[in-house]
Amino acid sequence: MAKIVVDPITRIEGHLRIQAEVTGGRITDAWSSSTMFRGIEKILKGRDPRDAWYFTQRFCGVCTTVHSIASIRAVENALNIHVPMNAELIRNLIIGIQAVQDHVIHFYHLHALDWVDVVSALKADPAKTAALAASLSDWPLNSPTYFKSVQDKLGAFVKKGRLGPFGNAYWGHPAYRLPPEANLMATAHYLEALDWQREVIRIHAILGSKNPHPQTFLVGGMAIPIDPNSQNALNAEKIAEIGELLKKAKEFVEKVYIPDLLAVASFYKEWAGIGGGVGNYLSCGEYPLDNSGRPEKLWFPQGIILNKDLSRVYPIDQKKITESVAHSWYEGGDAGVHPWDEQTEARYTGPRPPYDMIDTTGKYSWVKSPRYDGTSMETGPLATILVAYAAGHKGAKGAVDMVLGKLGVGPEALFSTLGRTAARGVETLLVAQELPKWLDMLVANIAGGDLAIHNGEKWDPATWPREAKGYGWHNAPRGSLSHWIRIRDQKIENYQAVVPSTWNASPRDEKGQRGPYEAALVGTPMADPAKPLEILRTIHSFDPCLACAVHLVDPAGGELVNVKVL
Amino acid sequence: MPKSSDEREVIPRPSGASAWEERGISRRDFMKFCTATAAALALPVSLVPRIAEALEADGRPSVIWLEFQGCTGDSEALLRAANPTVGEIVLDVLSVDYHETIMAAAGHQAEEARLKTEKERSGKYIAVVEGAIPVKDGGIYCCVGGRSAVDIAREVCGGALATIAVGTCASFGGIPAAAPNPTGAVSVSEAVPGATVVNIPGCPLNTDNLVATIVHFITFGKLPAVDGKGRPLFAFGKRIHDNCERRAHFDAGQYVEQWGDQGHRKGYCLYKMGCKGPETFHNCPTQRYNEKTSWPVGAGHGCAGCSEPHFWDTMTPFYRRLPNVPGFGIEMTADKIGLGLAAGTAAAFGIHGVVSALRKGDESDEGKEG
Repeated sequence: MAKIVVDPITRIEGHLRIQAEVTGGRITDAWSSSTMFRGIEKILKGRDPRDAWYFTQRFCGVCTTVHSIASIRAVENALNIHVPMNAELIRNLIIGIQAVQDHVIHFYHLHALDWVDVVSALKADPAKTAALAASLSDWPLNSPTYFKSVQDKLGAFVKKGRLGPFGNAYWGHPAYRLPPEANLMATAHYLEALDWQREVIRIHAILGSKNPHPQTFLVGGMAIPIDPNSQNALNAEKIAEIGELLKKAKEFVEKVYIPDLLAVASFYKEWAGIGGGVGNYLSCGEYPLDNSGRPEKLWFPQGIILNKDLSRVYPIDQKKITESVAHSWYEGGDAGVHPWDEQTEARYTGPRPPYDMIDTTGKYSWVKSPRYDGTSMETGPLATILVAYAAGHKGAKGAVDMVLGKLGVGPEALFSTLGRTAARGVETLLVAQELPKWLDMLVANIAGGDLAIHNGEKWDPATWPREAKGYGWHNAPRGSLSHWIRIRDQKIENYQAVVPSTWNASPRDEKGQRGPYEAALVGTPMADPAKPLEILRTIHSFDPCLACAVHLVDPAGGELVNVKVL
Repeated sequence: MPKSSDEREVIPRPSGASAWEERGISRRDFMKFCTATAAALALPVSLVPRIAEALEADGRPSVIWLEFQGCTGDSEALLRAANPTVGEIVLDVLSVDYHETIMAAAGHQAEEARLKTEKERSGKYIAVVEGAIPVKDGGIYCCVGGRSAVDIAREVCGGALATIAVGTCASFGGIPAAAPNPTGAVSVSEAVPGATVVNIPGCPLNTDNLVATIVHFITFGKLPAVDGKGRPLFAFGKRIHDNCERRAHFDAGQYVEQWGDQGHRKGYCLYKMGCKGPETFHNCPTQRYNEKTSWPVGAGHGCAGCSEPHFWDTMTPFYRRLPNVPGFGIEMTADKIGLGLAAGTAAAFGIHGVVSALRKGDESDEGKEG
């Protein structure tokens, strides 16, 4: 048995370490550990709840926006504020383009290099590459000249002998399977996607002032005014620009991302049988179609799937959510506690740096262990799509069946590393196709004379009850995110975030149940334990975001309060 | 490709083939970049040829990009760079030998790549640091590859030609250092005393300011002039308020009174909604974000003061109006007024800010006479 450590796990957000045991060429056990902590939940205590979104936004600069959305929803829930429909729709546009852009970056810039051997692209025949690309879609850049120019650029770069970010990687690893032409196609699209993501996310700048970290969120609505007759507000010109960018977003997803995803996946079908994990899926749903705040009014449905059983979707009962710190570096008993009531403070018992191994029999991570009804749950695009698919969501059904059909596999293939990566593509496709409809709804509202963007009834803290508590869900690119707030005397008394990567990266709980990363790694074959490419494939299929995942809470009214760490 | 006559006049052609053209970047794009950079640096156009010349040389500086207590927002900002694009920066302008978010290698192979650069290019590489560095409890709150952030930072920044702190966390401690600073988070210059550090704050930083700093460094062989907080004067020499597109409304007494009211729709001043532009030094109004698409005040939300040290404590609550803003002149610099006003604000608001503002005040004799 070999013990291996991968630290740092690169091409993720944040600081993650994986320790694993390998016997007979397979992973027999694994431990997921986060090695960075900031304490932002603690920093929030005593501050103005209307400021919280700006603080929590800094949980993460990759899934920028998502913690703002969850935060304003939590405060609005606590204070019973319903925002104007225009604000809901502007938020949907911001959330939707974030998901689309973020998923494409994940596929090309964070995940693709686990499957694509960039160096092998130098051996490709540009004409055959163009033929391959043209057989997949009618994207205008599918010419031999174009692929030749990319190859030349890459060749000149490699010839200089300084590979920069591509240096010292696993090129030539036996687990790479793509022919040189597919590698060249994907490398070209890696570079194209860099330009594309920069362009389409300008929607955030138009509606939110900038990206990363847009700055027009408000408790009660949005700070971007609407006025067709003003140059300082959302007007016809800006709406037209958003429309154009949405078109570009959709076209790239349909003609480049999805074809590439299917092409790459077709060479790695054995990964449809690897990396399944815990088999329970939680999705909070997303994209409100009215301003009622009711889960049944969400475009992506809310629900839970247990034991890979797609015949039944269970409703979410927020009271069943708990977090355990049995294996996390915090004070507290082993049993799980509901987010409103968590009483935790940092207590590091790990090794003093520098260290080689972390003892995983005790506490071993800054991530806590969220559980639903005592069970480990996976969240993320796979959960979103499975819940939608099982609930009969028309778009999800069509897109999933298309992907399964093209790959020639059944629905059971979804419960895997490959399924996770494919589901992310399906979610992207559905959202990219739906986004223009939300823009149309916004235009119809404005045309009807509705310019409201903020509900100011409860803006003044003097209008608030002395005590209030609330929570806000948001289906972020990495899955179900929830923020939990207690307000007292107009200030934050307690704040807690239960984050997608906390669900997924969680260490074992008090019952010894593995978290989703850990469970997914068990059984993974390893061609060369010294070059653990296969670990990266499965871990990256979850799209980890560790800055988001680490947090610390504190007893309501006690000395220490909720801390969020990034 | 054909060149226009004015391009030929302005740009001295090197004798050999252009390294940039070899890499597939057109002359026109290249000059666009040089001009944009000169603009960001507030340099006269006459220096454009000099910038071009510096970049023609095929000496891509090695860069080690470290991330500690950050949110990756500054790396994401780099992904939005347009002149040049991130692809050009990573492949053509710099040799980014270590950057966890984008690099293909992982685990010990990633660490190896970093150590190789540290050794082979000792004293010649540029260190970039994103995120604060926790020093409490032996540095346990942030470890990479089993080593503490402070340990790695001292080694990497200590051996670098220069260090660029990107974003407010690396520059000043940022959000992890906000009261009560649970992990003892500090800035790079505090964690690595003696290192040559230039701070480019912002939450996240404006990527144009990073690119401009790097080009300035490559062109002139030294870091740009900075203010007392280590910030380049080309980007942090003036207050938001000084260059604000809504300034005329401030002077005319036309304010937004409620979100979405007529004044908001007409682009009136956001001062009463809590805008911190009057005491924030940053070039947002002129440089803007995402290819100059917009910026917070332009879109309709007040400035949060994100480029100022300890703004998390001194500028909050964000929606509270600044006290006593009118009355100081455009010639004031951040060193003269910044801290004084911020400390006054903190006292007025009464909460977390006081401690950290005073703490900073103890370290600096400047700025007390705001």
